[in-house]
Amino acid sequence: MLKQIRTIAHYTLLEALRNRLSWLFAVVLLAGIAVSGFLNEMALTEKLEIQLALLGALLRFAAVFLLATFVVTSMVREFNDKGLQLVLALPLPRGVYLFGKLTGFALLAVMPALLFGVLTALLAPPLQSVIWTVSLIIECWIMIAFSVLCVLTFNQVMPALSAVMGFYVLARSVTTLQMIGHQPLADNTASQRIINFMVDSLSALLPHLDNFTRTDWLVYNTGDLHALVLLAGQGAIYLALLSGAALFDIYRKNI
Amino acid sequence: MPVRPLSTVPKPVLLLLMLGLCAQLLWHFSHPPERPDAANLPPTPSLPALQVLSLGEPIALSKLLLLYVQSFDDQPGLQAAYHQLDFKRVQNWLALSLQLDPLGRYPLYLASHVYGETGDPVKRRQMYDFVYRQFFADPNRRWEALANAAIMARHRLDDLPLAEQYAQALRERATGAIVPDWAKQMDIFMLADLQEYDQALALLDGLLHSGQITDAAKLRFLQERRAEIAGWAQPH
Repeated sequence: MLKQIRTIAHYTLLEALRNRLSWLFAVVLLAGIAVSGFLNEMALTEKLEIQLALLGALLRFAAVFLLATFVVTSMVREFNDKGLQLVLALPLPRGVYLFGKLTGFALLAVMPALLFGVLTALLAPPLQSVIWTVSLIIECWIMIAFSVLCVLTFNQVMPALSAVMGFYVLARSVTTLQMIGHQPLADNTASQRIINFMVDSLSALLPHLDNFTRTDWLVYNTGDLHALVLLAGQGAIYLALLSGAALFDIYRKNI
Repeated sequence: MPVRPLSTVPKPVLLLLMLGLCAQLLWHFSHPPERPDAANLPPTPSLPALQVLSLGEPIALSKLLLLYVQSFDDQPGLQAAYHQLDFKRVQNWLALSLQLDPLGRYPLYLASHVYGETGDPVKRRQMYDFVYRQFFADPNRRWEALANAAIMARHRLDDLPLAEQYAQALRERATGAIVPDWAKQMDIFMLADLQEYDQALALLDGLLHSGQITDAAKLRFLQERRAEIAGWAQPH
């Protein structure tokens, strides 16, 4: 079974590389250098901090966006080309196909994270860059798993990508939403309590991605291994949950 | 697309799904998100950066910033809640919000009515001073916060000269029709309280003879007040 997973992962990775996705990562890298360098020249003080903050935010978003878009479009194309039917016609459990795809995409995610991590290491303390890079890998894995789940659920590019982006925005802002909802000056009306309950529920179900890949680690040297262990724990749990949901979906799919 | 029956899903998959969900909930409740600490309100970002981030929606971002700043409190429901806040930072956030949305009244309302009501007189003064400085940018729109600051300075801080300074600014600069008479005339009564009777009477006379007051009841009230102040001025 592991061999089959490895084979599917290999071809998933190969497809990404032949799609020249790595060129796109390189373009983002160069754009990041150019934009942050330009803003660095404009800053009067804290030049390095400004450069790092903007570079970190840009690279993080670019990595997630490019990977999620690739996962969604590649899997939808495979559905449309009847590639999934072809694979499942073989004596292959559906779970193996799914884990193969997930492994392939997860390996792919390591590439931009390492590339971007090396760039931040040129400006930030090496340990902070390592923590940032590992955190980016975990964040990308969560987003990849969610993208796969969305493709299996919606089967089309637009709804799947919209759901992925909505999930990402919510997961990064749910802590702030919760904080605003529970402020002492807020009205204690029934509608406010219902909204707070909904936000609290979302907060319990979503990974708090605002704690991942933090720019302040790079800028203010505040990251430590304890934070990374916590993120790894959250990442493992959430990946298990998303894999379970994706498996549930693919086994119920009438192909 | 029709789906296959639930029985086609292998038991380990269902188990993984349930375990994943339970683990996520357990994880969430064993690692509650940190409550915003009043002492840790972060410094403000730069205005250009926020303008870029607002994606052409500076007003929405300004309101969002205010809600964000408001949430930095650690003792809900108590007036003492804002004691730990760095008021200089709060002022920076409020000023930033005003720069993004100059027509918004909410930042100065917060400064005057919420943060200006903390028990610490030094911090109150800081906030009233902030309101006073911001007032001059748009007096006819921002008069209300300064009027409240003047009243608070008079009655809570017992600082009559400060209250008069604010009231004078209101009289001289908030001259628009939308500003109510009581705010414009507050200075006259502050001067009387300061025992500056001659100045108060001169202002009252100017007002009564300007023809601006046409309402009979208001006119009678001001005349009665003038007589009262003139009575106080007699022994001097």
